[in-house]
Amino acid sequence: MSRFLSVARAVAWRSIHNTLVSPAIIVPSIVFPLFFLAAFAGGLSKIAQVPNFDYPPGYTAFQYVFVFLQSAAFGGVFTGFAIARDFDSGFARRLMLSAPRRSGIIAGYALGALARWVVTGSVVTIAALAAGMNVPGNPEELAGMVGIGVMVNVVAGLWACGVAMFLRTEQAGALIQMPVFVVIFLAPIYVPLHLLTGWIHSVASVNPATTVLEAARGLLAGSPIDVGLAFVLLAAGAVVMGAWARGGLASAERAG
Amino acid sequence: MRNRSRHRRGVAGDVVAELAGHPALIEQIGAVGRRSITRTLRQRALLVFPMLFPLILFAINGSALNAATRIPGFPPVSYRAFVLAVPFMQGALFIAVTAGIDLARDIESGFFNRLALTPLSGPALLAGQLGGALVVALIQSVVYLLVGLATGVGIASGVGGALVLLALSILIAFGFAGVGALIALRSGSGEAVQAIFPLLFVTLFLSSASIPRPLIAVTWFRDVATYNPVSYLIEGIRSLVITGWDGRALALGFGFAAALVIITLGLAGSAMTNRLART
Amino acid sequence: MSDPKAAIVVENLVREFRKGPRAVDGIDLEVSPGEIYGFLGPNGAGKSTTVLMLTTLLPPTSGTATVGGYDIVHQGTQVRESIGAALQEAALDPILTGREHLQLQATLQGIPKVTRAARAQELLERVGLTEAADRRVGGYSGGMKRRLDLALALVHSPRILFLDEPTTGLDLQSRTALWSEVARLAHEEGMTVFLTTQYLEEADALADRVGIIDHGKIVAEDTPAKLKAEIGNPTVEVLPADLSAGDAFADALSTFGAPARSGRGSLTVQLPGGEAQLAELVRALDAANLHVASLHLHQPSLDDVFLAKTGRKLEGSADDGDAEPVAAPARGRRRRGR
Repeated sequence: MSRFLSVARAVAWRSIHNTLVSPAIIVPSIVFPLFFLAAFAGGLSKIAQVPNFDYPPGYTAFQYVFVFLQSAAFGGVFTGFAIARDFDSGFARRLMLSAPRRSGIIAGYALGALARWVVTGSVVTIAALAAGMNVPGNPEELAGMVGIGVMVNVVAGLWACGVAMFLRTEQAGALIQMPVFVVIFLAPIYVPLHLLTGWIHSVASVNPATTVLEAARGLLAGSPIDVGLAFVLLAAGAVVMGAWARGGLASAERAG
Repeated sequence: MRNRSRHRRGVAGDVVAELAGHPALIEQIGAVGRRSITRTLRQRALLVFPMLFPLILFAINGSALNAATRIPGFPPVSYRAFVLAVPFMQGALFIAVTAGIDLARDIESGFFNRLALTPLSGPALLAGQLGGALVVALIQSVVYLLVGLATGVGIASGVGGALVLLALSILIAFGFAGVGALIALRSGSGEAVQAIFPLLFVTLFLSSASIPRPLIAVTWFRDVATYNPVSYLIEGIRSLVITGWDGRALALGFGFAAALVIITLGLAGSAMTNRLART
Repeated sequence: MSDPKAAIVVENLVREFRKGPRAVDGIDLEVSPGEIYGFLGPNGAGKSTTVLMLTTLLPPTSGTATVGGYDIVHQGTQVRESIGAALQEAALDPILTGREHLQLQATLQGIPKVTRAARAQELLERVGLTEAADRRVGGYSGGMKRRLDLALALVHSPRILFLDEPTTGLDLQSRTALWSEVARLAHEEGMTVFLTTQYLEEADALADRVGIIDHGKIVAEDTPAKLKAEIGNPTVEVLPADLSAGDAFADALSTFGAPARSGRGSLTVQLPGGEAQLAELVRALDAANLHVASLHLHQPSLDDVFLAKTGRKLEGSADDGDAEPVAAPARGRRRRGR
């Protein structure tokens, strides 16, 4: 266990350090969620006037939750990019040779992703509060919302980790990103589920991301809904993606 | 001395003057253009993904935001018709990046020096290099239009309007290709070109891409969208789809597109001259 | 006074970069038509910067140069029409085929349309790429890329060819093939070749004259044979079959000079009369009934020339196993294999 933790700590440290010293990495990861918040909450705020739009905290809060979780997901995705770059540069091979417990490498990357997201998530939250967002939820409910964010980050990070380790090239970027993007955007991101129509309503109704998003929105609004189900789905996602990532690691080990 | 007189003429003037004086130059520009087009068509991933991504967003947003049509004051059209203009803009942004990366790779690999040792002039070399961008713009625009029609969007301005729409979108794409070329020539780096991609997408976010400008409730956002030229590019295309023949929207759309082309290609031409640095 | 018929004339050429030392620090040289001029120096000596200036891709800070009779600063277009260049990077497009490269180059150089295809085919045959002509260059080996690079430089039949480290990274077979073609271009077609290299054997094998550049200055210039002769005469290293006969060997060899003894029992002596004295030396040992275990003739190398002029060994020497202490060599120093 101690070897696992030491490997994880070392990999996480490198991941966090490289992000902090590279403006090209840290700046977009902070700036982009802010732009999404501005574009959606600012540009589309009149959607709150649509009949039957019934999210009491308001449209800023409605969009904030989406951007909060999206930044968590993409924080995990960017970790996959970093892993793919490490394989392209050969550094991943050095890690594989040096680490006594290689599963610690995955844990380290995941920890690094989480640490980066703590920064991003905090910045987005501060920006939304500064824009006057209402927060009816109590501290336990808000902690639950953050917990959902953490799980989203872990699930997306493990997915990205697996893809990067299976393909071991930066060209895998699109393949890492697109499925996460599609899953997120096929949830009710602009309006509540009951205001969606047509095929997108059908898809969103069965999309697990919808349950997760609505649970987080409910927690922020102080009206929890399907929170247990959301955490079960995320836990299942973590298990599945953990196995996926482990499979990627095994593939990388076989490749040498 | 020679460079100063060239700058007074501008890039387009340079090319025309050179073409008039050197018939063989047309052939040379054509050769560079053919290479650019060949490279584009042989890298299918670069062609398909930038085309597919805007269409995926169009499909999702076109349905997901349909409720926005119930906002008081929203034009009496489907949201899909309203937002059809956006893929054309997104496609143009992708073209900016791929055109820039192509040129940056030539600089990084030294192929640019090989071209510099030939009689081809800088502005003519730039025109040829952007040939691939034009072909991609044409293919993308036709695909977006056909997808729009297939999903039930009608073009209010008719067949003629559809052709004008294609012309405007190609002009816009050419202008953005100039942005990519400018960054590539100034920096000589593919990474620098890729770094501008997020910035270009920000200009799309802070515009009237998703909702009519009068319906943007947040004042600062509405002001930014009003001053953002991208809003007028989108509204120019959009007017042909949902309004018909709106002279003002078209004048603004074509005007900003032409200004974009002139400015970016002018700056890129100057950067090309500096990059060539031939005696 | 420069020779008016010289293909390349360089006078006090300087190139400074901001925030850096002078990359080229006042060099003078002349290259005659049909000559292969080897420009030899370590990494960072200024070779490629010189080539970039002479091919008009980089303006000089000061000084003058003419290439093919045209001034590199004021007559850049004419210079480019007269020269072909294969620069340090192979500079190829991995997505195009070899044939497409040649056709593009031919079009850009203004070769008439009716002759382009034939010219491309001729060059492909000349560099041995006919079978790979219609494959994408991305799949070519390093040697194939260099050959294509050379073919592209020859499309418009230039009078003067610039080759900037053309064989770096190539295997021995590819390198030798390229040397043969360069030699043929110069000797059969009368092409002037300006070749930069960090490989001693390349300069030795190909160049009619060699200019050695270090820190932006030319430190020596002459034919390879004369440069080496400046440093010293060849030496012979003799290892007696019977190590106890060392004194007898020393006596026999003393007619040629004072032999130096090594710790391993071998004796080294200079041949003041050059290689021609080797037979005499062997006869002398035979006459004294002395049996030899081994006998090696060592010629001074361009590396010795560089070391004598600069106090340093040339980097990138192919025979790096010979690394020796950094000091000016005594004459007749033991060398292996060159």
